[in-house]
Amino acid sequence: MVPAPARYSQKGMATTPNNPAAAKQDSKQGFVYLPLIAGWLVPGAGHFLLGKWYRGALLAASIVGMFAVGIAMQGRLYSNVHDILELLGLAGDLGNGLLFFIGRAAGLGADQVQVTTADYGTRFIVVAGLLNVIAAVDAHNLRTGRKA
Amino acid sequence: MTHFTAVLLFALFASVVFGITQRETPKRMLRYGIYCFVLFAGSAIVLSWVMFLIAR
Repeated sequence: MVPAPARYSQKGMATTPNNPAAAKQDSKQGFVYLPLIAGWLVPGAGHFLLGKWYRGALLAASIVGMFAVGIAMQGRLYSNVHDILELLGLAGDLGNGLLFFIGRAAGLGADQVQVTTADYGTRFIVVAGLLNVIAAVDAHNLRTGRKA
Repeated sequence: MTHFTAVLLFALFASVVFGITQRETPKRMLRYGIYCFVLFAGSAIVLSWVMFLIAR
């Protein structure tokens, strides 16, 4: 009997590899969450730790660039929270890791949105944090073998 | 910086991260990144025209 042809291919997609045993073996060496934590604290650092230099450099340039553009547009760095929307903004900002804490310590960003572009700048900073979380999780997936 | 420049920068940065994190091979990363960039920028242009026509 002729086997049924494959209807789709997962080649190249971010899927679980067919050799979970090998992935599990890799994950036992060292601290598995180090790329995740490093990638959160410093954009691209998780990929640098895994030797993915080009990917890490592109991620770092994109996330730091987006954060810097947000600051340049006088976007707001959330510090004190008054309502649920500001809490979500703070959660997004915290995704930037050390960028957020250094920005707060250096007094960067506006306390209040006063110019038109500042609202866009605030969104740039929040989205930079969310993208950094995605990048850190990607580094974790590379470390555990879930992604090649 | 104009609004459109901000849109293009946003699309560029987000597309780079999406491309790298959502695909495995460099070729597919590039294709997906370009796809995301076109969707980001294209949807902003289309929605801008829609809002312009509604406001007339």
